[in-house]
Amino acid sequence: MIVAERKPLDEIEAMLEGFQRVLVVGCGTCVAVCMAGGEKEVELLAAELRMKAKLRGQPRVVDEITVTRQCDKEYLEQLAKYVDQYDVVLSAGCGAGVQFLAERYDAALVLPALNTRFIGVAEGPGQWSQRCMACSDCILDQTGGICPMTICPKNVLNGPCGGTNHGKCEVDGEKDCAWTLIFRKLEKLGRLDYLRKIQPPKDYSRMTKPGRFTHAAFEQADDQEGVS
Amino acid sequence: MNENESTAPEPYEPKVVAFCCTYCAYTAGDLAGSMRLEYAANVRVVKTLCTGKIDAVLLLRALEDGADAVYVAGCALGDCHFLEGNLRAIQTVAHAKKLLAEVGLEPERLEFFHIPASAGPLFAERADEMTARARQLGPNPLRRAMREPAGGKLSREPDPHPPLPPARLGKLLRELERAAAVDSSPGASS
Repeated sequence: MIVAERKPLDEIEAMLEGFQRVLVVGCGTCVAVCMAGGEKEVELLAAELRMKAKLRGQPRVVDEITVTRQCDKEYLEQLAKYVDQYDVVLSAGCGAGVQFLAERYDAALVLPALNTRFIGVAEGPGQWSQRCMACSDCILDQTGGICPMTICPKNVLNGPCGGTNHGKCEVDGEKDCAWTLIFRKLEKLGRLDYLRKIQPPKDYSRMTKPGRFTHAAFEQADDQEGVS
Repeated sequence: MNENESTAPEPYEPKVVAFCCTYCAYTAGDLAGSMRLEYAANVRVVKTLCTGKIDAVLLLRALEDGADAVYVAGCALGDCHFLEGNLRAIQTVAHAKKLLAEVGLEPERLEFFHIPASAGPLFAERADEMTARARQLGPNPLRRAMREPAGGKLSREPDPHPPLPPARLGKLLRELERAAAVDSSPGASS
């Protein structure tokens, strides 16, 4: 899932300066799970913004609403009757959500309330760590389910490099060496022979941004439409 | 006629909200009553099934709506009826305090207390302590603005694709049930 964190309140306040009517839009999917922009978090943020304005004695109306997902047009439609009534829309979605919201309502000023961090997993309550960098060419089959692209700072595909230091990384002594983790995992699985295989250079062209992707089933439908 | 009365500032009488766990602090409050203990009448008790259910939103909203002090009273460590509700409440209160500091309101207006069910005198003591603290901090600056409209939660449209009704006759018949529901609904095209 996409992991994000709320921007510092001062930064949000600075963005909102001069706007009186604010709509805070939450997103009920990834950022709700990572407690950054879901229904509860949006309520908290809106309450904070209201309180801050009241303490300063400045007039400000902050309403909040949460849609199921900000990255699907269908859910953004639900906001149609509200958006026009506000000076500014503060999106508590990930970067994709903010952009899609801004694209759908192009007459409205849409601002981000979150910093989008990474694709990751929940390690424990309130703790997340990155596990995937969306390289578009997965090699986890060869590395015992541990991603050297994400964990290794050098993205070494045939590791370890010379900097591994008792299982820690030379770049950051606090971090585990991805290739030590991979070695141990493959050893446990009895598949150390995987390490003999040389990984070819990665096709970084697949990571060209912005990425686009059409599901095979829908490609077909497009072709048929073109034919008829 | 009553000019003097209307212009004189109202004496500050703090409003204190106490979220009390039904198993311990609320029972302790009952006990304090049975023991005929006197404690500050400023405390408004909100009974909750478990302090673990209390959300930071509730605490912030109480202060936003003009409470001068808010406290959450939960079980002693290790005594939670639901094992870890009080631990969650401690975390929630700590988080809410950070948010208050961020906003610029004194975090001291919010507190967590452990009050075991047998501690009637402690309940009274905490109620007095929090009221004294509210007096010391002065009126909540948000109270004068609490009635000014400042927005809130917008209602969402009803879900156009509500979840399927629970299957009464097994999974295969569920689609039929839904089809029947669609046919019989007023807006359905025949």
